[in-house]
Amino acid sequence: MLNPQLDADGKLKHLLTIEGLPKKILTQILDTAETFVGVAERDIKKVPLLRGKTVCNIFFENSTRTRTTFEIAAKRLSADVINLNVNTSSQSKGETILDTVDNLIAMHADMFVVRHGQSGAVHFIAQHVPDNISVINAGDGRHAHPTQGLLDVFTVRRYKPDMHNLRVALVGDVLHSRVARSEIHALTTLGVPEVRVIAPKTLLPAGVEKLGVQVFHDMKAGLKDADVVMMLRLQNERMSGALLPSAQEYFKTFGLTQEKLSYAKPDAIVMHPGPMNRGVEIDSSVADGSQSVILPQVTYGIAVRMAVMAILGGGA
Amino acid sequence: MKIHIKNGHLIDPKNNIDTKQDVYVAAGKIVGIGSAPKDFVANQTIDATDLIVAPGFVDLSARLREPGSEHKATLNSELLAAAAGGITSLACPPDTDPVLDEPGLVEMLKHRAKLLNLVHVYPLGALTRQLEGKLLTEMCELTEAGCVGFSQADVAITDTQVLWRAFEYAATFGYTIFLRAEDYYLAKDGVAHDGEIASRLGLKGIPAAAEGLAIASILRIAHETKTKVHLCRLSTAEGVDLVRQAKKQGVQVTADVSAQHCHLTDHDIGYFNAYANLKPPLRSARDRAALCQGLKDGTIDAICSDHTPVDDDAKLLPFAEAEAGATGLELLLPLALKWATDNKTSLFDAIAKITSQPASILAIDGGHLSLNANADIAIFNPKLEWKIDASQLKSQGKNTPFLGLTLLGKVQYTLLHGQITYQA
Amino acid sequence: MQLPDPETLLAEITAKVQAQLQPNTALVGIHSGGVWLMNRILDSIKQDIPHGMLDAAFYRDDYAQRGLKTEPKPSNIAFDVTDKHIILIDDIFYTGRTTRAAMNELFDYGRPASIQLAVLINRGGGELPITPDIVGAEILLKPNQNLQLSQDTKGKLHLTLEASDA
Repeated sequence: MLNPQLDADGKLKHLLTIEGLPKKILTQILDTAETFVGVAERDIKKVPLLRGKTVCNIFFENSTRTRTTFEIAAKRLSADVINLNVNTSSQSKGETILDTVDNLIAMHADMFVVRHGQSGAVHFIAQHVPDNISVINAGDGRHAHPTQGLLDVFTVRRYKPDMHNLRVALVGDVLHSRVARSEIHALTTLGVPEVRVIAPKTLLPAGVEKLGVQVFHDMKAGLKDADVVMMLRLQNERMSGALLPSAQEYFKTFGLTQEKLSYAKPDAIVMHPGPMNRGVEIDSSVADGSQSVILPQVTYGIAVRMAVMAILGGGA
Repeated sequence: MKIHIKNGHLIDPKNNIDTKQDVYVAAGKIVGIGSAPKDFVANQTIDATDLIVAPGFVDLSARLREPGSEHKATLNSELLAAAAGGITSLACPPDTDPVLDEPGLVEMLKHRAKLLNLVHVYPLGALTRQLEGKLLTEMCELTEAGCVGFSQADVAITDTQVLWRAFEYAATFGYTIFLRAEDYYLAKDGVAHDGEIASRLGLKGIPAAAEGLAIASILRIAHETKTKVHLCRLSTAEGVDLVRQAKKQGVQVTADVSAQHCHLTDHDIGYFNAYANLKPPLRSARDRAALCQGLKDGTIDAICSDHTPVDDDAKLLPFAEAEAGATGLELLLPLALKWATDNKTSLFDAIAKITSQPASILAIDGGHLSLNANADIAIFNPKLEWKIDASQLKSQGKNTPFLGLTLLGKVQYTLLHGQITYQA
Repeated sequence: MQLPDPETLLAEITAKVQAQLQPNTALVGIHSGGVWLMNRILDSIKQDIPHGMLDAAFYRDDYAQRGLKTEPKPSNIAFDVTDKHIILIDDIFYTGRTTRAAMNELFDYGRPASIQLAVLINRGGGELPITPDIVGAEILLKPNQNLQLSQDTKGKLHLTLEASDA
């Protein structure tokens, strides 16, 4: 089966998931992002690469934050940006996902940035667009959020350049997390030898160890000697019910506090994809503490998204 | 009309025939095997050289979509497809709209099918009204109207007391209950086998245990109430083991597997291929191997098409939103043959799984070519390669994970009551 | 064809650059050859002059046809460009398109007082109204010829000429 993200020459055509992308392409994206970091510090924070191109942010699931970072990235590349929040209720009135996409194709958009609540929805769209349109996955269901995974490894690489000698721990709701899946694939593809997940059994998907991670159910053991601690967001609706008894108990057992962070290496960095639930998955003193790189993640997120768009937007 | 089918290789598992023999048909019946009856003069001769002559196939599950979903398929389109697939008898599940829970609806369906005169249609009545799992249907009335058994289609009965009583009531009259075993709560919102693939793709999983748990309770109740039960669409190794044990213990249980599940696993979902969205979900390679072995050792009695035509509007959607199911009537034969080849068993066995065995489960007179039996016959070329191409399928549903693949075995003639209903 | 010694040419353009220096001069090298030359010039003239480097990959006019270079190098202009007399340094001057891209990028950092262009070799074939101000040597080449500057591990410069069939 051909990888739907690559063209016949093995070049990136769409960015749908990190899984299955060669290390060479991930490194190319990260290296290119490195060159975009400086652009944001200049007087004129724009380069003319995508001048005259139209980037369309299609969000079937609302997310102002992610949409904004893609919008800034596209604008810094001089693209025109259209934002479209597809109300799910208008979908239930009869317009299908393909109707929506066909309309935007007819408007001559060049690049689609898509978020959708269903796993695989962005693959589905990528299969139906004409050849000249590139599709970027901005998060589909529980499946993938590749630009987040890339910006996370970009951040790791900036603080801990020796990727081949790292111990990374992901903490929290892996079961429902597209971010976790993309982070795991990005880390393992780039050669990080030890990736751990720490969570109660109710928040881990079946066969998670087959993704190449070690499974822990205890913070003390799981964080021991970690270089990087990646926290995952716990959705409100999952804090109490049949998956977890309460947010309080979760914070007590799996929330990241200064005390639990002390199990990791003293120079370990703490990351979070945002938005954070302070006092549920992470204590404020850690989130705002000296080991936190949560805000740099946001800054790098723009450079990484610029890099992805710049690589997809060029070439005949 | 008198037909002489000559030079064919006759396979009739019910009568244990597997040899080159001519077949003679007159007045809709089989009137001679091997030698013609006295004064037989054929109006038509079918040259079956290099072809297999078998009883018309019997399919345990084909959704015809009438009444209620004529935009997906019609009785006419699907019965033509069945004839093209060599199928002469089929059972249809009750999940139509309205649900087949009233005698009038069953009579109407039987009547319409009879007018078309392409395939014998045997409806399965709803076990509970509206398939809601609360109130029993009028099983005696429904049987009188033409139902050959009772089913919940894909809807589980969660109230075990209702399940128990439905079994007791059916057992009173000796009716067979057809159930697809799946625990409602463990399967809720799930769309794929709960394993590595679902975890990678971020699809909500249905654990294999959902089938095992449901089978265990169904078998226990069937055993206590002495009810004949048929387990539809086994999908797990665990399920096969449970049925094997139950058969040893003398529970009156039979089971089938869909032709799709004999060949595919959750790996075939690939990059979210909605055609591989099936009910039950495609499971692991280990499960698939156990299903094939179960068929071979007789634990699983029959292969069915589980024919479910789905229109593009319902299929061209992200994986989890797409309607489950595959079109299958025209693929039943090649997929059954492929099972036999892949598992080093005989053509005879494959034919038994789609003729005599399902006929015996439905307790219908069909699936055999005895003297004086209905001349329902499938004549096929087991070695003919053909590519599964949407434009070539007669069914209105073009949804199959086998699209684009080449399979072996194609029907050349189908006869119902001695009339040719399909000719390639 | 006998190629000139790039070390000799470097000495020549170093002298010319030195002659142009004003209080507000800054040097900007274009990756990769231009940056090597700039560093050598800075070593020779031993003055503390503001300097930086440009890649210009994001400003190239062949992006739509050829896509992004697979290994772009970061631009780094750590001084305020506004009102500086800038000397852009590149190795080989050919169509002028790289210079155009570099100037565009430079203007996104600020408004320089002036820009001059210093190159080791002008190989001819300009396609834009741009001519280098400081030139080490002029060698007219055919379109199928490719002149490349390289730097060995000891920092010594070399020129190679290749011809393609196209």
